[in-house]
Amino acid sequence: MAGELIARCRKRLASGFELDADLRIPLDEAPVTVLFGPSGSGKSTLLRLIAGLERPDEGTISPGGAVWFDTSRHIDLPPQRRRAAFLFQDYALFPHLTVAENVAFAAPRDAASALLDRFGLAALASRLPRSLSGGQQQRVALVRALASKPALLLLDEPLSALDAATRTRTRHQLRELLLESGVRSIVVTHDRTEAIALGDWLAVMIEGSIRQTGPVQEVLRCPADAQVAESAGVENVLPAEVVARQYGLVTIAIGVVCLDAVDRGETGALFACIRGEDITIARNRAEGSSARNRLDGRVRAVTLEGPVARVELDCGFPLVAVVTAQSAADMQLQPGDSVCAVIKTTALQLVR
Amino acid sequence: MDWQAIALSLRLAVSTTAILLALGLPLAYWIVYSHRRWKFLVEAVVALPLVLPPTVLGFYILLAIGPRSPVGALYAKLTGGLLPFSFAGLLLASVLYSLPFTVQPMVAAFGAVDRRLIEASWCMGVSRAATFRRVIIPLARAGIATGAILSFAHTIGEFGVVLMVGGNIGGITRTVSISIYDQVQALNYTAAAHTSLLLLGFSFAVLAVVYALQRRVWAIWPVS
Repeated sequence: MAGELIARCRKRLASGFELDADLRIPLDEAPVTVLFGPSGSGKSTLLRLIAGLERPDEGTISPGGAVWFDTSRHIDLPPQRRRAAFLFQDYALFPHLTVAENVAFAAPRDAASALLDRFGLAALASRLPRSLSGGQQQRVALVRALASKPALLLLDEPLSALDAATRTRTRHQLRELLLESGVRSIVVTHDRTEAIALGDWLAVMIEGSIRQTGPVQEVLRCPADAQVAESAGVENVLPAEVVARQYGLVTIAIGVVCLDAVDRGETGALFACIRGEDITIARNRAEGSSARNRLDGRVRAVTLEGPVARVELDCGFPLVAVVTAQSAADMQLQPGDSVCAVIKTTALQLVR
Repeated sequence: MDWQAIALSLRLAVSTTAILLALGLPLAYWIVYSHRRWKFLVEAVVALPLVLPPTVLGFYILLAIGPRSPVGALYAKLTGGLLPFSFAGLLLASVLYSLPFTVQPMVAAFGAVDRRLIEASWCMGVSRAATFRRVIIPLARAGIATGAILSFAHTIGEFGVVLMVGGNIGGITRTVSISIYDQVQALNYTAAAHTSLLLLGFSFAVLAVVYALQRRVWAIWPVS
């Protein structure tokens, strides 16, 4: 499938939650799209609307020129005619059928057995789903979906049913499988690491609407607003106010502390987004450095997270820096230490 | 023992169960998966025979199939016979009387099938009918078997409805329970005791099978 997928849907759920999403995906540029957002933001519901498992109150769903749903034209294709294969969180393999029978459920036998061979499942062909590991079940479910020659592949939190170790291992395999399949896919996840590992294109969904779409790295680097920044895992999203501007720089105040950022025409109240890894921690004021923003602060806590250390600072406002665990050890950072936080002007992102 | 009555009861029970399976599967499917608001009315009607005295049910069926009713008139026109006090009339009454015994276990079993299995099948392009046949029925087979066995046993034991609709004609409508009643009326206690014991043993065996099915005493799925 090529062209653009458009899913513009409104739906009010019985719980009172209102979904009002306008999702557009350039299918040519995006083999794998990640639908990303916090739990309860309506991602799974939007996926079900696209598959035809639920009906929008109003809207259009049109993948690559075809029309699956259109209230104004009274078109509502059943899921059978959309052929958007759905991968459920717990894979929904038919428990009364063997792996081979599951894969051959909606495909000719010989095509199914060719797929089993190709994806390395031939050895499991006669096993029942309940005797498989989570990772194997996921693979079988994916191959079963591919065997039905879907127009689109929809995956709802495909890794959440796996244990942590398997999840990390499976992440990259899953992306390879999706790319190899040649079928355009939409993956729902609330995990930033998964989004980065799986997707080419990112659509951020918050409170029932699509807030930002674009290539994964671009969306994560330049979040459109404070909520997107927060859900994309930007460590510091701080309320700020523009107080002055000159020479292409804008001065913002966070409480009583002033910082310089690149002037992109923002005015008034806004949010300053600073990634933890863009903050350098120094023992002294680091005079003679080109970085314009130097903040005196105190270390409040140091937490090790694998290869990195999360350093919580108090600079008149709370600030979280992420440094390598090695640096934190070399500097012997302790709670209570006086340090200087150095932030380049270009690392400051101002959003509404 | 009245072998003629036993044979008739078996014939009635087999026919009733066959008809109820054909009728109950789509009806139970509709009850479980329909989104109609008035669904509860159909559920209540299906369950009516559970609470209605058999004589009341029998009385209405008798009225409904009488020669002056549309159903009775149509039947007379097609076959030249009358429905009341005939095997066909008895069969119709039995089907209505045992309907909840077939439908309710099926409704419970269909409702227990994971909705996502059904949706996964639909999304792979498999029609609703084929999904019903290939996913829902195999996964609900314990419930379907329970429904069939219960309606079979219930038909064997029915008395009031049979008496109202079928009367007591040897070889045509005299079922085993009517035969026992006759034997008692005729003070033939030995014959009544034999037939009663047979029914008691049969009923116990049926219920044992039903509960075993529900507890999955036997492996429902083949173990690989």
